[in-house]
Amino acid sequence: MSGPGSLVDIRNLSIRFRGARDVHAINDLTLGLAQGETLALLGESGSGKSVTLKALLRLLPPRRTDIEGTMKVNGADVMSITGRALQTYRGGEVSMVFQEPGLALDPVYTVGRQIAEAVQRKKRVSRDEAMSTALDMLRRVRIPSPERRLSNYPHELSGGMLQRVMIALALACRPRLLLADEPTTALDATVQIQILLLLRALQKEFGMGVIFVTHDIGVAVEVSERIAVMYAGQIVEEGTTHEIIKSPRHPYTRGLLAANLHDVARGTRLDAIPGAPPPLDVKPDACPFAPRCPLAEARCRAALPPVHQIGPRRRVACIHADAPMEAA
Amino acid sequence: MSATETLRPDSPAQILRVTGLQKHFPVRGGILGRQKARVQAVDGVSFAVEEGETLGIVGESGCGKSTTARLLVGLIDRDRGDVRFDGRTLGKDLTLRDLRRGMQMVFQDSYASLNPRLTIEESIAFGARIQGLSDPVGRARDLMDRVGLDPARFAQRYPHEVSGGQRQRINIARALAMSPKIVVLDEAVSALDKSVEAQVLNLLADLRAEFGLTYIFISHDLNVVRYISDRILVMYLGEVVELAPVDLIWSRQAHPYTRSLFSAMPSMDPDNRTEEPPLTGDPPNPINPPSGCRFHTRCKFAEAVCARDVPVMRDISGGQGHLAACHLHDTASGHSRAGEEGLT
Amino acid sequence: MAVAQTDVAEIPVQKSGGYWSGVARRLSRDPVTLGCAAILVALIGSAAFAPWLGLADPYTGSMVARLNPIGSEGHILGTDEQGRDMLARLIYGGRLTLFIGLVPVILAFFIGSFLGITAGYVGGLLNTIIMRTVDVFFAFPSVLLAIAISGALGAGIVNSLVSLTIVFIPPITRVAEAVTSGVRSLDYIDAARATGASALTVIRVHVIGNVLSPIFVYATSLTSVCMILAAGLSFLGIGVRPPEPEWGLMLNTLRSAIYVDPWLAALPGVMIFVTSLCLNLLSDGVRSAMNVRD
Repeated sequence: MSGPGSLVDIRNLSIRFRGARDVHAINDLTLGLAQGETLALLGESGSGKSVTLKALLRLLPPRRTDIEGTMKVNGADVMSITGRALQTYRGGEVSMVFQEPGLALDPVYTVGRQIAEAVQRKKRVSRDEAMSTALDMLRRVRIPSPERRLSNYPHELSGGMLQRVMIALALACRPRLLLADEPTTALDATVQIQILLLLRALQKEFGMGVIFVTHDIGVAVEVSERIAVMYAGQIVEEGTTHEIIKSPRHPYTRGLLAANLHDVARGTRLDAIPGAPPPLDVKPDACPFAPRCPLAEARCRAALPPVHQIGPRRRVACIHADAPMEAA
Repeated sequence: MSATETLRPDSPAQILRVTGLQKHFPVRGGILGRQKARVQAVDGVSFAVEEGETLGIVGESGCGKSTTARLLVGLIDRDRGDVRFDGRTLGKDLTLRDLRRGMQMVFQDSYASLNPRLTIEESIAFGARIQGLSDPVGRARDLMDRVGLDPARFAQRYPHEVSGGQRQRINIARALAMSPKIVVLDEAVSALDKSVEAQVLNLLADLRAEFGLTYIFISHDLNVVRYISDRILVMYLGEVVELAPVDLIWSRQAHPYTRSLFSAMPSMDPDNRTEEPPLTGDPPNPINPPSGCRFHTRCKFAEAVCARDVPVMRDISGGQGHLAACHLHDTASGHSRAGEEGLT
Repeated sequence: MAVAQTDVAEIPVQKSGGYWSGVARRLSRDPVTLGCAAILVALIGSAAFAPWLGLADPYTGSMVARLNPIGSEGHILGTDEQGRDMLARLIYGGRLTLFIGLVPVILAFFIGSFLGITAGYVGGLLNTIIMRTVDVFFAFPSVLLAIAISGALGAGIVNSLVSLTIVFIPPITRVAEAVTSGVRSLDYIDAARATGASALTVIRVHVIGNVLSPIFVYATSLTSVCMILAAGLSFLGIGVRPPEPEWGLMLNTLRSAIYVDPWLAALPGVMIFVTSLCLNLLSDGVRSAMNVRD
């Protein structure tokens, strides 16, 4: 969806990194997110999912990056925010949770102080009030004995605990949009599921919109109500989680589901997608998945595939989108 | 614990038999570098692998699965324990050099495990050269072909010029160049993208069939381990807690930790998502592991006996090879719910 | 049998040209580094071929032609306080200065690399012994250390070389140890050990090639420091002795002329500055060209 009232509205976004070798990281990406919705951006390394998040936070190095298209968050044009407004935007309106919380937190300050300072930077409150907000946040992210944890330094906390602190820090100023960049990838399985369920609960509690970047379909299913599948800097398929899992239309989505090995019988040969993603040093002028696609035809290699709107907020960038679903 | 009791009876089909393997790392501190504590990385691990079998090892960070791999290949020295390979015991009638020839390893980081200054062909040929095998280069080219890399195009390339999936194929070829009987795969597909991971798993299955290889497959991904393994060994804080054939453990997890690990897998069903996390908190630090059963601090069935007595691995399947170390499965343990049906 | 050959058939592979041709290609795109290299080649070349360049005798002066200014007839760069031709003395001075600047670093490079690689690969007690010994030398600033050793050994070229070599062994050892223990922890070293190769073979095939270039680049950056230190020793009178032409010594003897002709007095300093700047920029350029991952 896109239009007035939506929280995020990205249209025809293209991002190119200039350098010894150009990289066309994002190619004509259009994406919308409603208030209070959780969208998983699913893709493999190099698909452009993290770049999209960084662009939304204006974190890309401006001198080496060409950005085309428009990005609106809550109606405001992201590219035109400057100066102090940018500071309020980052952390106030939109905030981010990273893959490595240990690297994102400052090792020389206590976690309480880091959260309190983030609050004070955005709101004019006293130090004591900011500290009590920090305590409240640690409680909300279900950290046991939060009073004690306030005065801990990051290195005194375990990985799962650090990610909870990171989430508390990101949510302290009640952003409308939370960007999560593979926040559970570095965690153990039993800790990962705790963090996913926590994010799900906090999203309901705070009513914010969440864009959750992941390479793991299983994680996307646990956390999101919608999924957008990315490949070579484009969205190849979008729909509700149910639609993507139960009736995937794009051959790449189907390949990813098969590669998850969830229901594969032992010893059978895997239906692997051959090859590797394209290098993206030139902007794709045909379907970027065609070289690996079992259904590719001459026209797939001749021009970009049409984007079929096969339902409300359900689209597939493939000529076979309307075809029935058997045999890949 | 009496380690041998937990093993299958000794048989000539066992190509590898590990008994009571132990490794503690000292934690040094202060200006004099005095030992402050010991990380009990691997503590009394025992198992046996039959020729042609694939043993999967699963567990979370700090459980000692990677240390076990490095101990097996002899990259770090064990404190204690017997390693018997192909009927010979390491340190008695088996030298480290012979062990290394028979047992090779593939690492997780495909880039760090290749020398950036050697061509792919040289990297693969190195081991054969060291062991004095005939025609190392011809061997390398042949193996490149077998792992799906055209020697004409790849032999003279450097590691940074190829993709992650291709590098992992090179690492597999390098391990095979020694004609090993056992290949230890330490998270060998974990860093790859899902679509590439499936290709490499297919390759591993093909090579196993072609060369009659035995795999020890270490991974944190239960789905992958189930796909490739015959039996699964579950580790927690340096100890084995459960060991069973894949089908048995998939239908019934006997140890509460194994149960939690399986429940933590994403459901893959949007209509039936996970609602309750199976465990709270992170795994404890292996520096000072809990007494008794090391899992008792996080176990919902824990009683006083669990903090006091170390549970022993015992068969819970009436001889089908499903072993678990839990007081719940030992009616003589003194646990109030021992022997109760349907708990785990 | 070719397993799943089609799986990789479509993957585009970058053009390969070997490691050193890649380094050369990256260097050729770097004008600053190339310029510095050209200046250094010119300096070293002119110093090496000084007797054949038709220059004036750097040792004979003239009492009537003392401290001629730059641009005077017959002496393009003027004359020094004893009336000797400055151009000749600067070029001949380059021989000694560059010699004393480079030889200690080269010697220290070999000794320091040996110590550092051994300490880094073997680790444990040997590492502690080597590195703690090195730390003792680190307690003193390098200038003081050079002065102290030179002072104890007495003036002269050989003694300067020895003292400067001793000064540069500790930093090179430390860098070599750090780089080696970094490489030592990488999986390809473990993979090589797992083939049953001896420690010496692993070091020869897998360690040396990957640590020598960073150590070498670091050593290059030390040559400028070494030149300045050597010049400093001569300036203090505990290095090269008059009447040998050497930039540091010339700077010292021309000191008194700074009020008469400051430009003339500054010439040896300019030579030191230009040479060390070029050496530093060159080592920076080589370092970034050697970086494979970018």
